[in-house]
Amino acid sequence: MAGRITEEIIEYVSILAKLELSDEEKERAGRDMGNMLEYIDRLGELDTTGVEPMSHVFPVRNVFREDVVTNGDGSRETLQNAPEEKDNMFVVPRTFD
Amino acid sequence: MAREYETVIGLEVHVELATRTKIFCGCSTAFGGRPNAHTCPVCTGMPGSLPVLNRKVLEYAVSVGLAMNCAIARECKFDRKNYFYPDNPQNYQISQLYVPVCGNGRIEIDTQEGSKKIGIHEIHMEEDAGKLIHDAWEDCTLVDYNRSGVPLIEIVTEPDLRSSQEVIAFLEKLRLIIQYLGASDCKLQEGSMRVDVNLSVRERGASAYGTRTEMKNLNSFHAISRAIEGEKSRQIDLLESGEAVVQETRRWDDDKGCSHTMRSKEDAQDYRYFPDPDLVPICISQEYLDKIRAGLPEFRTEKMARYQAEYDIPAYDIEIITGSKHMADLFEAATAICGQPKKVSNWLMGETMRLLREQEKDPQDILVSPGHLAALIELVEKKEINGSVAKEVYEVMFARDVDPVQYVEDRGLKTVNDEGALRSVVEEVIAANPRSVSDYRGGKEKALGFLVGQTMKAMKGKADPVSVDRLLRELLQGM
Amino acid sequence: MVREVMKMELLSLSAVALSAAIREGKTSAPEAMKAVLEQIHRTEEIYHCYVTIDRDGAMKRAEMAQRRIEAGELTGPLAGVPMAVKDNLCTEGMRTTCSSRILEQYVPTFTARAVENLEDAGAVLIGKTNMDEFAMGSTTETSWYGPTRNPRSPEHVPGGSSGGSAAAVAAGECFFALGSDTGGSIRQPAGYCGVVGMKPTYGTVSRYGLVAYGSSLDQIGPLTGNVSDCAAVLEVIASHDPRDSTSVERQDTDFTNALTTDVTGMKIGIPRDYLGEGLDSEVKAAVLRAASVLREQGAIVEEFDLGLVQYAIPTYYTIAAAEASSNLERFDGIKYGYRAPGDMGLHAMYKKTRSQGFGPEVKRRIMLGSFVLSSGYYDAYYLKALKVKAMIRRAFDQAFAEYDLILGPVAPTTAPRLGESLADPIRMYLGDIYTISANLAGLPGICVPCGRDAGGLPIGLQLVGDCFQEKKILRAAFTYEQAAKSSGL
Repeated sequence: MAGRITEEIIEYVSILAKLELSDEEKERAGRDMGNMLEYIDRLGELDTTGVEPMSHVFPVRNVFREDVVTNGDGSRETLQNAPEEKDNMFVVPRTFD
Repeated sequence: MAREYETVIGLEVHVELATRTKIFCGCSTAFGGRPNAHTCPVCTGMPGSLPVLNRKVLEYAVSVGLAMNCAIARECKFDRKNYFYPDNPQNYQISQLYVPVCGNGRIEIDTQEGSKKIGIHEIHMEEDAGKLIHDAWEDCTLVDYNRSGVPLIEIVTEPDLRSSQEVIAFLEKLRLIIQYLGASDCKLQEGSMRVDVNLSVRERGASAYGTRTEMKNLNSFHAISRAIEGEKSRQIDLLESGEAVVQETRRWDDDKGCSHTMRSKEDAQDYRYFPDPDLVPICISQEYLDKIRAGLPEFRTEKMARYQAEYDIPAYDIEIITGSKHMADLFEAATAICGQPKKVSNWLMGETMRLLREQEKDPQDILVSPGHLAALIELVEKKEINGSVAKEVYEVMFARDVDPVQYVEDRGLKTVNDEGALRSVVEEVIAANPRSVSDYRGGKEKALGFLVGQTMKAMKGKADPVSVDRLLRELLQGM
Repeated sequence: MVREVMKMELLSLSAVALSAAIREGKTSAPEAMKAVLEQIHRTEEIYHCYVTIDRDGAMKRAEMAQRRIEAGELTGPLAGVPMAVKDNLCTEGMRTTCSSRILEQYVPTFTARAVENLEDAGAVLIGKTNMDEFAMGSTTETSWYGPTRNPRSPEHVPGGSSGGSAAAVAAGECFFALGSDTGGSIRQPAGYCGVVGMKPTYGTVSRYGLVAYGSSLDQIGPLTGNVSDCAAVLEVIASHDPRDSTSVERQDTDFTNALTTDVTGMKIGIPRDYLGEGLDSEVKAAVLRAASVLREQGAIVEEFDLGLVQYAIPTYYTIAAAEASSNLERFDGIKYGYRAPGDMGLHAMYKKTRSQGFGPEVKRRIMLGSFVLSSGYYDAYYLKALKVKAMIRRAFDQAFAEYDLILGPVAPTTAPRLGESLADPIRMYLGDIYTISANLAGLPGICVPCGRDAGGLPIGLQLVGDCFQEKKILRAAFTYEQAAKSSGL
């Protein structure tokens, strides 16, 4: 994979990850990711045919909460750390055309 | 030589479930309240918070699946759908991609060509997003997370629909099933049901599908129909002029009657789905399924058959009444109290439908409670009020569900059944209208109607018109 | 002068011994807190264990604890003991930065369950310890607030990511601390700083209030001066929490009952792969010496082939980076934390905020994680890693069918010098080789000091058990600790 991490891939992934990288950072990111993936490619040596992917280590299943209101007005806490707020809402740059 | 085209439509229907709390936290799903009142660390994506699934959400999703003849997954999971947008506090939505809870179902609809099966590809559970409000004054956007984390199911159909008529028939059927289950009120205008239309066109007879677009922001059945017709023409025009349809998401503008693309170069449509490590798998046992199945309500077809057998009301009434779960519930409850199915049905078919039409409301918006409707019927039955007073009272009940007994009492609307008092008013009316009296005597039956009207007016409507008629005839006879 | 001596003596007490002394009236919670704060005043400038020290609040809390002790409300073994908490555990009203610029001003509105449990038991919070940014790193050098130094040798790193917690315990700047362990982040710094650190079985301690790095791997655990303190802290923080779906209900959390010196017949396996290439010879010698101490105490110790060891690191970095890339999406400048200044569009704001708010190591892992989940690569990387994880788990199942515990070094070397590690990420990641598989398989593991190298740097011994076998681990660790103490090791 190492050589295959093109500038386009780095550009694309940084759009997904919402990161803005300088030219220098991009070059470094391409190199680092290439090296890491080359290393990760080692997993290809293992035959995993028929192996179920394991996301959870334990067979914990069916964890539910009851449909009962337990929370009161949380707006003060919710907005407590807001960088910018107005009328009890978060302010963000315009999203409408 | 114009080519003939066929429209291929699949739907993605989001339905807000009628749970008391959100899907992953104990915040209320109630409407209203100030912005961000119904929020907590979980539904606002605070660092360190964790989701726990609301039991009721699974129950509703499974019952909707069963009602739509779906196969229910024995084990299902939640996945994260990653995308940045301010209405989504974690910047990922918890949804189900890899193993949705229900799949492979169908709903039968009636079309002009007879009944048709529409395939349900899958139903999955997910969380709703918050609300974005444009602040024109400061040219920014405000975010309210009250709706963030409200449970949704998304019902995805197969591309089996071919026209806007079929789409509307399907949606009406779907809505009715869900309303019968009590899983949602499915109000398009309020957003508790949201429909995205995937549409493509192809030459009639072609086997491959054309390139499809996805249409969003459809807030009424009317808008859905218009958008389908509009998009169909737009795609056909493109193809006719030798251009290609671009696969994209478009936003319908119902005021302008056209759509525009929602694409932006900052949005790579790559959601990087993966199983949410914060939630554990759900295993659905046969026992659980049996329990849910046993708890399924009587659906419309069964209900219609039962009404036919139990109540002596016209088939047309049955169709209208069962066309809304809310109306059917009202009918049954009111009938159970007053024992007069025919009278209850008449109120629903007559005054209720008239007021709904006039006020452009849905049957599920009816506020009248069964006890009050039964009480009104009883008032008329006992001749405590006459028909026109009853209609007047019902209008108030329709607006704010007042207790008719109390209302009639407070406003003094009771029919005057005091024969002596009525007789003296009738005598006054006869004395004051010699011309009508002589007309009547001269054989003009119509003149009696005028005298009845005058008497009712003098009584401020609080008389039994039958008694008035009888007294008038009696007194005119004796003169 | 007399008072000063007494304070120094206070600092040499274990957490459990200190609490006993407080409850017996020989000293008090405020006295202990004062001693700790004075120690912090003396040494913090050198070591930089903390991101936030709440001196006034700590004294008030200590006085409150003292009143509750005197009223007989607090009788547990940690009542009145000053503690430090890693800065990725939420503390209501006390800023929680994850050692990141992006959370510089963030003050949580709720407290992590593990911290809540400790406060309920009467432990007294001093402040929040330094760490690698968002727990991504092995040296505590990726902190936005500057590195922590190893109290055993300030030219060296304390390890990471819970480096601040390990250093604070080693420096006497607290009596015990909480850390979090995603790939060795408690055990490795414990080893580098010569203290005890334990990662419990996944699901034993609630993750509610732990700012997630790799959710399927993260687990909170204690960093303490000795094994007894470790058991006492673990006993308090282990609890089933309905707010954490991955929390496990256990009836066997009376860990202090496991503190006996008896390993007779216990079967301990040493994976041959753990003793091969890359392992420093002094570390190897110390670990084998520790193994023979356990053998002398009656354990059966032998070498065996664990298998798949070289695949643990690539598996781990794929899964951890993928989960991290998603977990860290919420830091976007809208709801809390840093927002890049200036007027700009939404997406520019996202990018500027995150690029300025996150450090290089965090960005590196977010990029890798976003890539391995992206369309077309998911199966080849993420899914493949989940399958290898299942195979690794199976290898451990086989090992535990044969052995009660797995013994090995906690890290291939002792603590590196500051500034040596960050240049080559892969070399740094290789340092996690002995600790990482316990996280992949959900297993409990402990690190106890087992000597020093020629430069005086501590060496750590790691014991890993099967899921839910913390008691076996604690018993073996306690037995080793006592035997080593009596033989003057």
